[in-house]
Amino acid sequence: MNQQFNISNTTLWLLGGIIAILAISSITGFILSRVSTSEGNRKTIDNLNSRIRSWWVMVAVFSAAMIIGKGGSVLLFAFTSFWAFREFITLTPTHRGDHRTLFWVFFVITPIQYYLVYINWYGLFCIMIPVYAFLFVPIRNALAGDCERFLERTAKIQWGLMICVYCVSHAPMVLTLDIPGFKNQGANLLFFLVTVTQLSDVFQYVFGKTLGKHKIAPNVSPNKTWEGFIGGILTATLLGAGLWWATPFSPWQAAGMALAITLLGFAGGLTMSAIKRDRGVKDYGNLIAGHGGVMDRIDSICFAAPVFFHLTRFFFT
Amino acid sequence: MTAAVIIWLTKFITGASVRWVGCDPVPKQRVYFANHTSHLDGVVLWSALPPSVRKVVRPVAAADYWMAGPIRKYLAMRVFNAILITREHVSAKNNPLTQILTALDAKSSIIIFPEGHRNDGGEPGEFKSGLYHIIKKRPDIEFIPVYIDNMNRILPRGEFLPVPLLTCISFGTPINVAKNESREEFLLRARKSVNDLRQT
Repeated sequence: MNQQFNISNTTLWLLGGIIAILAISSITGFILSRVSTSEGNRKTIDNLNSRIRSWWVMVAVFSAAMIIGKGGSVLLFAFTSFWAFREFITLTPTHRGDHRTLFWVFFVITPIQYYLVYINWYGLFCIMIPVYAFLFVPIRNALAGDCERFLERTAKIQWGLMICVYCVSHAPMVLTLDIPGFKNQGANLLFFLVTVTQLSDVFQYVFGKTLGKHKIAPNVSPNKTWEGFIGGILTATLLGAGLWWATPFSPWQAAGMALAITLLGFAGGLTMSAIKRDRGVKDYGNLIAGHGGVMDRIDSICFAAPVFFHLTRFFFT
Repeated sequence: MTAAVIIWLTKFITGASVRWVGCDPVPKQRVYFANHTSHLDGVVLWSALPPSVRKVVRPVAAADYWMAGPIRKYLAMRVFNAILITREHVSAKNNPLTQILTALDAKSSIIIFPEGHRNDGGEPGEFKSGLYHIIKKRPDIEFIPVYIDNMNRILPRGEFLPVPLLTCISFGTPINVAKNESREEFLLRARKSVNDLRQT
């Protein structure tokens, strides 16, 4: 129950490393903006620089949450879920009959899920949404009396809840894992998860922009190419392996974990893109300049977090 | 102070993103006319305006709703500086049009919902003739169509708890009235100019 942790030297090294990478990116972006002349490049570079600026803000918020401790991290991911879910539901046509169900989901079920993370009640954490919320949503919708497209509407709310709230809540849940010889270092594990998924996204983008030719799924995501995929996954896996000293894993295990995270992150990005294409939009929102919405930024974490959590829990605790 | 809290709260609940598609956010004298699906429409539109524009703008609102109870009354009179109009028993004395024209002559901009009542969402309902009379009498003012998206899902008619979805407010290109255009033609065109902002 008592999982208080203070920021360790290892975490400080990790944060320092990220800040160094960002500083180098900002300088590179500045130089690129000075040398580029053509109109097409200009646009890409402006977008790149606005992405980098947003990264500074995201890293600052994430670091602050980590330094505050478990409460800070849980709260940060709770708000992330809340915002991603509102982007998801905004994009999904719901009916008048869903109104009160949605109120429950936003203001009762989501906070309870994160409270369960905070008090480390693993059993209920695992089943609250898949069992109780799963049943609650159709019951409440049925009580509202609107039968039109009932299954479709109910399924959309359930699915959004699973992806945006249940899956994401596994990220802060890694803080509670009790790993022998790795006491009170959950923060480093969370750091590993978030850093590897995000680096994988970044390198897929970089390799895709520079070398990308062969599209993987042109109907779903025109920006995803084999070159970006292979380059991004390999680089992020190697970097993840290089972070083994901050985790309970050996270098090979860290590489395996990083590979699993990056593959799932890729799958997450692809799946969430399919929904965007179906709804005819490019981004889920516009909260994060250059990136789109919160959902656009965390789609990879949605899919990677639960698998990372359970792999670590199964093999290392 | 109250205004700042309301603006902040509205932006938090509705995540308001604002698109100025057909005009710029400048403090010109204007009539903003929008679709109406929720009690929060006026507040959301008012909060979305930049401070310099908000200072000169007065929402037109129904007196029967906003004079009911001290809190609503305080908000309408002190915070939103609303023009409260009567919806029933209109006579020459309390003609809403006179109130609106007086406000316009005092250099205020106004926010108006020409449907006259809340609609269930999607396409805006039929426009009442007030908008036509205003533009005929004050043709030099800019008339800006505004589409408020999703408010019917955030706080629909008959609900009292909002669901925090994201709204989007689009400001379109100013419209004016042609010399030989009939009332019906103009009102249809005005309604279309609002509806056209839905998907773009």
